[in-house]
Amino acid sequence: MTGAHGPARHLADRVVPPSGPIAWLTTLTSAAMAFLAVFALALALASGRLADRWTEGLAKSATIRISAPADQMVRQTQAVLDLLATTPGVASARAMTDEEQRRLLEPWFGPDLPLESLPVPRLIEVTQDRTGYDGEGLRLRLAAEAPGAILDDHTRWRVPLTVAAGRLRILGITSVALIVGAMAAMITLAANAALAANAQVIRVLRLVGARDAFIARAFVRRFTLRALSGAAIGTALGMLAVAALPSADAAGGFLTGLGFQGAGWLWPLVLPPLAAVVAFFTTRIAAFGKLREMM
Amino acid sequence: MITFDSVAYSYGGAELLSEVSLRLAPGSFHFLTGPSGSGKSTFLKLCYAELRPTAGQISIFDRDVRSLGRDDIARTRRRIGIVHQDCQFLDHLPLAANVALPMTVTGRETAAQDVSDLLAWVGLGHLADALPPSLSGGERQRAALARAVIIAPDVILADEPTGNVDWEMSLRLLSLLVELNRMGKTILVATHDLTLIRTVKQQVAARVLRIRNRRIQLAGADL
Repeated sequence: MTGAHGPARHLADRVVPPSGPIAWLTTLTSAAMAFLAVFALALALASGRLADRWTEGLAKSATIRISAPADQMVRQTQAVLDLLATTPGVASARAMTDEEQRRLLEPWFGPDLPLESLPVPRLIEVTQDRTGYDGEGLRLRLAAEAPGAILDDHTRWRVPLTVAAGRLRILGITSVALIVGAMAAMITLAANAALAANAQVIRVLRLVGARDAFIARAFVRRFTLRALSGAAIGTALGMLAVAALPSADAAGGFLTGLGFQGAGWLWPLVLPPLAAVVAFFTTRIAAFGKLREMM
Repeated sequence: MITFDSVAYSYGGAELLSEVSLRLAPGSFHFLTGPSGSGKSTFLKLCYAELRPTAGQISIFDRDVRSLGRDDIARTRRRIGIVHQDCQFLDHLPLAANVALPMTVTGRETAAQDVSDLLAWVGLGHLADALPPSLSGGERQRAALARAVIIAPDVILADEPTGNVDWEMSLRLLSLLVELNRMGKTILVATHDLTLIRTVKQQVAARVLRIRNRRIQLAGADL
C-alpha cells in the first residue's frame, strides 16, 4: 500500500471517472458562448453610449437656418443673433463661418464649392444652458424678427436615432441573456449525459451509502470548473478580439466605437463567474432530477 | 436488526416472495439457500432497501422501510456491509480507494495503514494499487468483503460470496465471515452451496433458511 487513495475530500473529487468527450465539449461550448457574450456585451455597452451621446449632445444644441436674399442675409443674421442674446435658456449662439459651412457641404459637393456664388443658407449654432429655452416661443419671435429664419432643434431625427440606439442596447442585453440560457441548456444536457453514462458508478456509490448530495456534488464540481475554465478562455479571446477592432475617433461611426471604454472593460470579467454560477445551479438541478429518476 | 413481517414482493405481476416473516437478531449467523432464481438476491435487496415490499412490513434497525427517505436509506446502508454477487467497483480507482469508498462517501478520512491492514486480512495486501478490472473473480470477492467491513457495519449481507472462487478460497472467505460474526456482527450469506454450509456449520452456530415455493422456512435435518 502506498497511501495512494489520499484524503477523503480529494478522493471524493475522483469518484466520477473523467468523461473525455463530454468534458471537452463542455469546456469548448462554454468558451464559444463566452466569446459571443463578449461581443453582445460590447454591442450593448456601445449602444448605450451612443444613445446617451445622441440624447445628451443633440438635446443641448440647435441650428437656425436663415434663407434670405443676399442683400438681407447680414441684417437677418444679426437680428437673429441679437434676438438669441436676449432669449432665456440660450447659453451661446454664433454664426458659422463660410469655411465651416464649406466643410459641412464638402462630402456632397467636393472641396471647391464656390459658396459665395450660391444661395446657401446661413447657419447659426445655438447651445442651450441647463434650463433650456422655450422652442415654440423662439419660433414665434424668429418669425417676427427674421422671416427667413427656421429653428431646427434636431428633435425630428434625434428621437428615432435614440430609439434605435436603445433598441440595439436591448438587443445586446437580450443576446447575453440568450447566450446564458443556451449555456444553461447545454450544461444540463451534458450533465444528464454524464450521469446516464455513469449509472454504474452511481449504483456502486449508493451501495456503499452515498447520499444524493455527495453524488451530485462530484458532478457539480466538475461541470462548474469546466464552465469556469472554458468561459475564462472564451472571455480572454473575446476581449482580445474586441481590443483589435479599429478604435473610435472623431470621424468614426458606430462600428468603430464598438469596443469597450474605460471601466467598461471590467464587464466581460463578470462572464466566467457567471458561467460558473449557471453551471453550478443547472448541474445541481439536473443531477438531483436524474438521481431521483434512477432510484 | 432486520425484521420481516408477512412480506411479499411482486415484480411484473409475478410474485417472487410471499408471506415472509423472520428476524435477523443481533450477532446471528444465517445462511439463505435455494435454487438459482428462487429469490435469494431479491430477499437480500429487500434487506438493504434497494427494493420495497409490495405487501407486509420490513423494519431495518427498528425503522419501517416505507418511512425511509432517500437520505435515510443512504444512512441505513452505512450500517450494512454488502458483498454483492457481481462485486461492483469503481473501475477507474485503485483497489485501496475502492475499499475506502464507504468512508469516503461519509466524508471520513481513512488511514492508509488501516486500508493496508484490511487488504492484508483478505490476502490482497500486494494489490492495493491494482485496478479492479485486473483482479480475478476470487480477488474481487475478497475486495468486496474488505469494502463491506471497513465501515464497521452492524450487519453483513453477502450474495453468493463464493460464486467465483475455488473450494479453498470459499472456505477462507467463509472463515472471514465467521471471524466477523465472532466479533458480534450479524451475518446473512445467500448461497446454493450446501457442502459449504455444512462445513461452516461445524465452526459456527448458523441457522439455515431455505426458499421454497416463494416462502422462506428454516431448513431441517435433510440439509
